[in-house]
Amino acid sequence: MLEHYASIALKSIFVENLALSFFLGMCTFLAISKNVKTATGLGGAVIVIMGITIPANNLIYTYLLRPGALAWISDNYAAFDLTFLGLISYIGVIAAMVQILEMTLDRYFPALYHSLGIFLPLITVNCAILGGSLFMVERDYNFPESVVYGLGAGFGWALAIMALAGIREKMKYSDVPDGLKGLGITFIVVGLMALAFMSFGGI
Amino acid sequence: MADQQAKDVVVGPIFSNNPIALQVLGICSALAVTTKLETSVVMCLAVIVVLVLSNLFVSLIRKFIPGSIRIIVQMTIIASLVICVEQILQAFAYEISTTMSVFVGLIITNCIVMGRAEAYAMKNPPTWSMLDGLGNGLGYSLILIVVGIFRELLGSGKLWGYQVLSLSSEGGWYVPNGLMLLSPSAFFIIGLTIWAIRTWKPDQVETES
Repeated sequence: MLEHYASIALKSIFVENLALSFFLGMCTFLAISKNVKTATGLGGAVIVIMGITIPANNLIYTYLLRPGALAWISDNYAAFDLTFLGLISYIGVIAAMVQILEMTLDRYFPALYHSLGIFLPLITVNCAILGGSLFMVERDYNFPESVVYGLGAGFGWALAIMALAGIREKMKYSDVPDGLKGLGITFIVVGLMALAFMSFGGI
Repeated sequence: MADQQAKDVVVGPIFSNNPIALQVLGICSALAVTTKLETSVVMCLAVIVVLVLSNLFVSLIRKFIPGSIRIIVQMTIIASLVICVEQILQAFAYEISTTMSVFVGLIITNCIVMGRAEAYAMKNPPTWSMLDGLGNGLGYSLILIVVGIFRELLGSGKLWGYQVLSLSSEGGWYVPNGLMLLSPSAFFIIGLTIWAIRTWKPDQVETES
């Protein structure tokens, strides 16, 4: 049993890294990876949000949206299939969770709140979070699996952005052709990183 | 004058202010679907439809949206449109919609849609907003289709499912490049495309970083 969860975690961190093999969360990934410190803060916030929203969406899917999910209210509702409302409810949950997390942090952990401050609202439109929820539904994870998957996927994303930020900090010292400066070379670096991460495929 | 302005709004985002190459928006959801030209084109159409309509609706109600909840309102409009597109795809193009899996849904968090709604449709009348949506959609499609063509042609020797380069495994001369079907190649191709665009239009080169 434990092995099963360990394999989900390893798979979501390395093999199916959301940033490097599914291109999710690229906008923030490329925009906020100029130095390691901010990248670490953003990565931490993503881990927390993913760890909360993916299990929450899992509950919503299992008890409200899945075909026949409403059977627990009464047999009359057993025939309903609300899967088409999925997207709008997941994005709602994510937006609400980000808001709640923001208020909680502000109230109880002001220091952390101020270090993350600007990144929190940005996370709502981070495709990695919504993508994580959608993959969770597509792969039919149950509740404990979705907790492991959420934390793992968040951790993998954080790892990728920190690594990229490290590389970009060093890049200041290299002589890049003019047209390739900035965005162009970043894409090529990310491509090479994705290639490196693919070697985990054998695990 | 009005014609000229309309042309600028539509053509501008395609080359000189490309949403992917210059503004770094909307790379998120799209790249994984570019292994084949066909899925790229379907993805482009879906994005253009969502972008044009969301710009139109946001612009129509822009005077009634309170500033503090505008993000949620925009999200709701976009999410509803994406749900419609997804249902239509599943009904009429089921095969393609299964290969695209979650990426149709991810149009919601495509930063281009949000970005244009926020930056343009909130301030401009409906007709202009639709044109702006069309222009940005086309700019996005340009990059996606270029990447799709390269990946399908070099990766499997096909274009739109037809064999263009005869494969060595079937007695032809072309040895398919497996790397092109994997995710890193999309990054390389976009990086090189950006390089090409910036060599052609040197004013886009980033000075600092």
